[in-house]
Amino acid sequence: MLSFFLILLSAFFFTGVINVTKSIYTGRKGPGILQPVYDTIRLFKKGSVYSTTTSFIFQIAPTIYFSTVVMAMLMVPFGQSKGLISFNGDFIFFAYVLALGKFFSIISAMDTGSSFEGMGASREALYSMFAEPAFFILLGSMALLTGQTSFQEIFATLHLGSPISYALAVLASFVLGMIMMIENSRMPIDDPKTHLELTMVHEVMILDNSGFDLGLIQSAGMLKFSIYGALIVNLFIGMFPYGYTIPMFFAIQFGAAVVTGTIESFMARFRMSHNAQFIFALTSVSLLIFFGVLMLLGKFI
Amino acid sequence: MNWVIAFILTCIAGVVLIPFVPVRWKGFIVILAIFLNSLLSGYQAAAALLGQMFSYTMPGSVITGAIPVRIDALSGWFILIVNFIFLTGGWYGLFYMNGYKYQRKKISLHAIAFLILHASLVALLSVQNSLVFLIAWEFMMFSAFICVIFEHEKESTLKAGINYLIQSHISVVLLVTGFLWVSFKTGSYDFLAITTFSSSQPGAGAMFLFLLFFVGFAIKAGFVPFHTWLPYAHPAAPAHLSGIMSGVLIKCGIYGILRMLLLIKTDYTTIGYIILTVSVISGLYGVMLAIVQHDLKRLLAYHSVENIGIIGLGIGIGCVGLGSGSYIVASLGFAGALLHTLNHALFKSLLFYAAGMVYQATHTLNIEHLGGLIKKMPQTAFFFLVAAVAICGIPPFNGFISEFIIYTGLYQLLQQAMLGSLIFVLFLILGLVLIGGLAMLCFTKAFGIVFLGNARREFHHEIQEGPLLQMVPLGLITVFMLFIGLYPQWFLTMLEGPVRLFTGNPGAAVPLFPVAFAGTLAPLSFATLGLILLILAIYWIRIRVLRNRQVSFGLTWGCGYVAPTPKLQYTAGSFVRSYVKLNKPTLTFSKDEKEVIGVFPAHSHYETNAYDKFERWLIDRPVKGLKKFLTRFLFLQNGSLQSYILYGVLFILGVLIIPMIYDTLLMLIDFLKRL
Repeated sequence: MLSFFLILLSAFFFTGVINVTKSIYTGRKGPGILQPVYDTIRLFKKGSVYSTTTSFIFQIAPTIYFSTVVMAMLMVPFGQSKGLISFNGDFIFFAYVLALGKFFSIISAMDTGSSFEGMGASREALYSMFAEPAFFILLGSMALLTGQTSFQEIFATLHLGSPISYALAVLASFVLGMIMMIENSRMPIDDPKTHLELTMVHEVMILDNSGFDLGLIQSAGMLKFSIYGALIVNLFIGMFPYGYTIPMFFAIQFGAAVVTGTIESFMARFRMSHNAQFIFALTSVSLLIFFGVLMLLGKFI
Repeated sequence: MNWVIAFILTCIAGVVLIPFVPVRWKGFIVILAIFLNSLLSGYQAAAALLGQMFSYTMPGSVITGAIPVRIDALSGWFILIVNFIFLTGGWYGLFYMNGYKYQRKKISLHAIAFLILHASLVALLSVQNSLVFLIAWEFMMFSAFICVIFEHEKESTLKAGINYLIQSHISVVLLVTGFLWVSFKTGSYDFLAITTFSSSQPGAGAMFLFLLFFVGFAIKAGFVPFHTWLPYAHPAAPAHLSGIMSGVLIKCGIYGILRMLLLIKTDYTTIGYIILTVSVISGLYGVMLAIVQHDLKRLLAYHSVENIGIIGLGIGIGCVGLGSGSYIVASLGFAGALLHTLNHALFKSLLFYAAGMVYQATHTLNIEHLGGLIKKMPQTAFFFLVAAVAICGIPPFNGFISEFIIYTGLYQLLQQAMLGSLIFVLFLILGLVLIGGLAMLCFTKAFGIVFLGNARREFHHEIQEGPLLQMVPLGLITVFMLFIGLYPQWFLTMLEGPVRLFTGNPGAAVPLFPVAFAGTLAPLSFATLGLILLILAIYWIRIRVLRNRQVSFGLTWGCGYVAPTPKLQYTAGSFVRSYVKLNKPTLTFSKDEKEVIGVFPAHSHYETNAYDKFERWLIDRPVKGLKKFLTRFLFLQNGSLQSYILYGVLFILGVLIIPMIYDTLLMLIDFLKRL
């Protein structure tokens, strides 16, 4: 339950910190940290314009997308405190609930009948397919290491291992961080600030959304950042008392946001045609973690 | 009167009655007969599932020996699936066939074949005499063949039907070999003889016997590389039959494999790894090819291959669990497989019925020609969407539950495996995840292109939704699917019987499987329900908020271009283009291209069709080679009656003389020996 509020709280600042980092690097003053939140609130207050091509899919999809992200958020634990929903194999449910949201966001993009949005939808479907194995293998290795199969138990037991498990945790946070970039369509997979529809992934899918629906999508994006940040945090905090872990939570979330901003300031987006290979390569990093786990467990005979 | 006899009498009465009644009654008689038969068999099946095994011995004949009819929990589970799908399929077919009502004779034949198909399926699920089993198998195959070639005036349909018939008979050859081998050695056709035989032949003998049966049943089930008949037969059949074929007919293969696992006592671990390898390849290959199909039903047919792979994964996990003596892994594996069998039957028949609706309305199944159907056929679109979400294994529908159980089985297996198998299991997880992701790519494409956007082609007739009554079976299936998704615990309790057949009783120390797993599933169903409520709540808020806002309508954003035509939309081909580019090595395409030449080009076109590599190497090339070899004997077929009579005479002489020569030789050898 604790994690729910922490994630919610950090979600307010995450995108803002990214933007501030970017403006500092580019030598601008930039908007305030809460500007993305104000923007979203303004969207919630606005009316909507719908394309005449669209059907009820377009109406329900943002709602479903947002709900699935909230649902996923409810499942993330915080150290010893469980998420609101926790059971054996909950990380499978986590991934598949997010897949439900993706399914609907993809078909809602196709609902507009625009070729740009079709293009974005096609890319999103392909990339999310390639990103999933990394997540499953990562969690699978963690499950193997700890002998547990639920988020909370995995993370709680992870800490008790040797210092090497922290090395694995660093690798794991790299994988989770990259998945975070892919899920949120940031650099180096996708450029949210690009001005050309042909080169977008996520942004082009939501071209026709407006008002309340767009607000839902934007806030879901913020939450997603924070969710993956919280997962990374969980890799490290283990059984520490709350007095340490809560500041650590915000420090790591802040760090993640700054890193995201830094990457976006200094890197260019990958070539669209190479993205799939790059994302699938993430799976091999996961495999590296898997072999690390095997070594820890002494299963290499 | 025994229900077995009543069952047979109902079937015969239906078959006799159908040709003599007016067209509109034929369908009702079929439904009535199937309904009666379903009640008769379903009652016993349900009882068997709850623990009361049915056993009855029919006297049989001199040739077959006594015919034992045994319905245990495994048969019961499958019979219930068959009955449900046939009832919904029959109901749907009643309306689907309306368009053909002037073809009286064909309808009669179709109705009779449909009835026999149901009866033979139930028969082969309950009879435990190998000879009678084979007869029921043949009945099933021929009636399915007749049903498939309903539109036999189309050349492609007939070709698909014959392809199906021939490949099915290859499976029969293997099954006959296996069954005859056993009965030759033991002198009994009873299934129990297989157990006695396999325990008398430990090691290679039993393993070989199992592999014979496995390949035989795998052809029926559509495991790669034995799947090539499937993508032809499913699209060729009428929609209700495609649903039934994919939903239950290919599950006979799964039933056969499971039955043989029960009967043959051999090294389960090795078998498990064999099944797992075949399954993960089937799953991946099926969905990889499904993505590039342009024919909606063909796409669905390839998805059957994929789902058979997922079921196979469950079976394989179960076997490995049995081999290593891990009760929980074995239970999870078999439970996942059995539940996915039901789930696949549900969502796949729903998909085929929805595809049938599309075909009825537009007379085409080519995805590239369709589009925007959701506005004209909202109900069909809704059902297709539900089934598409379910088949991708996404909550809140049933597909997720069985995949979740299989995942849990895999992760459990991971915990106890040693190095070699550990890496193997990891690749299985990787495979299953990729299957899920690819399925999502495929079904967003199928749903998005067929139902969303604008119509890609103008039709000369009005497109409208089918009659409301035709929707009833689809609605039933949807409710059933949602029920499994929301309340899986109940189905797990139902699965206790069939799973225990495999795993045996774990003893007092270990809790029974459904109890042990219920602790996981209860919060899962709670979470699923929560998800639905959350979606509803947010949607309600959205409605309330939008009520006070200004909502207007306009064109889709086209980068400022305001006169888009439907041709500018993304097509199915372009949607999967980057996937195709990545997967070039595994896919083959046949291109039909007429290039644009000159300043004023006349007509040009470009068409690509995906082709199956396995089919090319396993079917086409050998057949071509065989044909080439056999043409050398063409001189025998010279068309003159005299030569044909000569062949006959030679044959008869041969039949007579060869034994005589053989005997003489024996005598000669005997004589020499005595010297």
